Amino acid sequence: MRLVLVSILALATSGCGDSGSDDELLVSAAASLTDAFAAVADVFEQANPGVDVILNLAGSSTLREQILEGSPTDVFASANFSTMQQVIEAGVTSGPPRIFAENRLQIALPAGNPGGVVGLDDLANEVLLVGLCAEGVPCGDLARTVLVEAGVEVSVDTNEPDVRSLLSKIEVGELDVGITYVTDVISTDGAVEGVDIPEELNGVAAYSIVALEGAGDADLARAFIEFVLSRDGQEIIGELGFSSP
Amino acid sequence: MSHGALHARLVIERSDDFRLDVDLSIEAGRTAALLGPNGAGKSTLVSVIAGLLPIHSGSIRLGDEILDDPDSGVFVPAEDRGVGVMFQDYLLFPHLTVLENVAFGLRSRKTETSSALRASREWLTRVGLEGMEGELPGDISGGQAQRVALARALATEPRLLLLDEPLSALDVTTRTALRRSLADHLSEFPGPRVLITHDPTEAFLLADEVHVMEAGVITQTGAPDEIRLRPRTKYAADLAGSNLVSGEAFGGRVEVGEFVVHIADQSLAGPVLLIIHPHSVSIHRVEPEGSPRNTWSTVVRRVESFGDRVRLQTGDPLPLTAEVTGAAREALSLAPGVPVWLSLKATEIGVEQHG
Amino acid sequence: MSRRSRRRWPPAPLVLLGALGTALVAVPLIGLLWRAPWADLGSVITAPVVLDALRLSLISSLSATAIAFVLGVPVAWLLARVDFPGRQLVRGLVLLPLVLPPVVGGAALLFALGRRGLVGEPVYEATGLVLPFSTWGVVLASTFVAMPFLVITVEGALHNLDQRYEGAAASLGARRWTVLRRVTLPMVGPSLLAGLVLTWARAFGEFGATITFAGNLQGRTQTLPLAVFVALESDRGVAVAISLLMVVVSLIVLVALRERWWRVS
Repeated sequence: MRLVLVSILALATSGCGDSGSDDELLVSAAASLTDAFAAVADVFEQANPGVDVILNLAGSSTLREQILEGSPTDVFASANFSTMQQVIEAGVTSGPPRIFAENRLQIALPAGNPGGVVGLDDLANEVLLVGLCAEGVPCGDLARTVLVEAGVEVSVDTNEPDVRSLLSKIEVGELDVGITYVTDVISTDGAVEGVDIPEELNGVAAYSIVALEGAGDADLARAFIEFVLSRDGQEIIGELGFSSP
Repeated sequence: MSHGALHARLVIERSDDFRLDVDLSIEAGRTAALLGPNGAGKSTLVSVIAGLLPIHSGSIRLGDEILDDPDSGVFVPAEDRGVGVMFQDYLLFPHLTVLENVAFGLRSRKTETSSALRASREWLTRVGLEGMEGELPGDISGGQAQRVALARALATEPRLLLLDEPLSALDVTTRTALRRSLADHLSEFPGPRVLITHDPTEAFLLADEVHVMEAGVITQTGAPDEIRLRPRTKYAADLAGSNLVSGEAFGGRVEVGEFVVHIADQSLAGPVLLIIHPHSVSIHRVEPEGSPRNTWSTVVRRVESFGDRVRLQTGDPLPLTAEVTGAAREALSLAPGVPVWLSLKATEIGVEQHG
Repeated sequence: MSRRSRRRWPPAPLVLLGALGTALVAVPLIGLLWRAPWADLGSVITAPVVLDALRLSLISSLSATAIAFVLGVPVAWLLARVDFPGRQLVRGLVLLPLVLPPVVGGAALLFALGRRGLVGEPVYEATGLVLPFSTWGVVLASTFVAMPFLVITVEGALHNLDQRYEGAAASLGARRWTVLRRVTLPMVGPSLLAGLVLTWARAFGEFGATITFAGNLQGRTQTLPLAVFVALESDRGVAVAISLLMVVVSLIVLVALRERWWRVS
């Protein structure tokens, strides 16, 4: 009996610690940065031996919630600026935010285009299974703005909570069409095809990055951000479809 | 409707290497007791006759109908056999009232509910439980539960009645009282009746014929007296061991024919059954002195050995079975025809009221 | 001479651990109450998005419970009473959703019953029937994750039931269906009820499989848990309000059942 109590206490106290050791960097990044930041983290770790970059990927608004509730994040990268602003207003950031990439929307379809989609107007087709990101998610808000601009009354069948789950459902063909970022389509290596949205209608997402107060190692956080903004970093994310700001 | 006889000739092999090999016939209107120790296979036999378990070879016939015959592929399931069973532990449905329990069989056979309930009420009255209709099995006494179980089995007017240890779960006083009413109900039942028990008193008092069952086989069949006086196996000898003698009691004296037996209880009156264990009978070559109230001279009729135990049958005026050790037999030179004196203490005689 | 207290206190370690266990559940609930938008609660709860979600949650959880009953009781009965080849495997399969992460379950359902699914594709080609992204998809996902609760409780109860009662019923002339209806099921009644409540509760709270298989659309597939998740994106207050609504509904069901849950036949 005593043994049980002691081990419970030991477990409880071992969990307490600071937000990140000197060797760990917790980066909370928007889901659409999954591949890009994985590549960036790899190169950063190689250049800084002993450093372990931990990626926390989710919808930008989910990440905002986590940060506001005290998640021990060191660096925050958001897919839309209003989310970034909310975090700044909460007073938990250290230093100014920097815009490091832009992303455009694209119509995404399963390889082979079984639904025969050619443009935005097809999203009004009730027969097709149409997916969008949920409202409140940057990808979702942006897509809706574009559709309103284009005068399309979209017949949505599902509002996915983040762009990656939307993408995977398109990839397996359970959805006929959706609107995701260009980078997402590229990341599937052909499993998902893209149809361009006319430039005058298209929405642009501005990705911003900032260091957070209370970061384990402020220098390390700053170094990471600098790397993302550096020519090498920009080249990495450019290869995946992002455009420079 | 005339009821058919039960003919059961069967073999069954249970998963734990136990084998039941039985040949049993019981005429309508007769009560047969299956007497045996626990583990003899009696409950398995109940399940088999009731149709809850199939046999492996042989056949079971009730009247003209074949109930189970593996060779010709006939098996009548329990619900179609018309066998009324009173189970050990009674198995009254705990979520149904006493009345609903008794009516269960009738209602399952699509009898209209109101007439089923009416018949069930009559049965409850017949077993003396009028007024208990709405009680739940969990709230009634053991004796009452026993009577509900009996009524439930009889209500469907079965062709054969199977009673598995009907009195074992009861305390001694209740047992005696209910044994008498059970005897009445049994004699009123027109078909064959099979009574499973490990209690010889029960068997000898209620049955017309006794079948001794040991380790899955019937080792002896006969009228109660025959088993008692001429047991063929050690177990039967142990059972029958207790001498059962009927007599008329008054003021501490019991008249058995011309003979008088003195018993301890002065208050009893009327027909009684005396239970005298062979061990409590002392054997002497000369008239003994001493306290025992019951002393008489008689002659040894038969001597049988069972290992180191020796059983003697003695003759008139009160034929009894007595038991001594082999050494004692040697010492007293006991053999058929030898005159002996028997003594028996009044306090060692068991008495049950009869009738 | 000291006066000894007539009341014996329960052992201290038990009280301590018990209090800790209760706190583990109570504190998050208190957290919800603390963040609730008390001023706007009325208008938030009655907004169309919430009412739609409530309606969908109730319909889907009750339907899932009903289907789980109709299919689960026979499965439990077969597992408990019939010794068929592969019984252990079947039991493992049927209980798998208990340990499978719900999202994995949803993905599996999608791969099996989606338009391009193993079974779904031929069905779609033949009948045009699409299960994902529909209310029936929600019911299916909920049934998938919740049915094991019913099977496990009922199978356990059937195992513990003395089968001689069923033999007694048969000896009285009852056919198998009558025995099931009048003896077996009533005698496992309390366990069956507990199983149904657990099943309903699981279905009511189901999220991962629903969102993966049925998707998320107000009025068609957006149940209360999905609505909470989506609301967290934009308006935390709304999320908390809907969460409180779910807590209230669950409490009503649990309190209504109280002692009946524990009463042994």
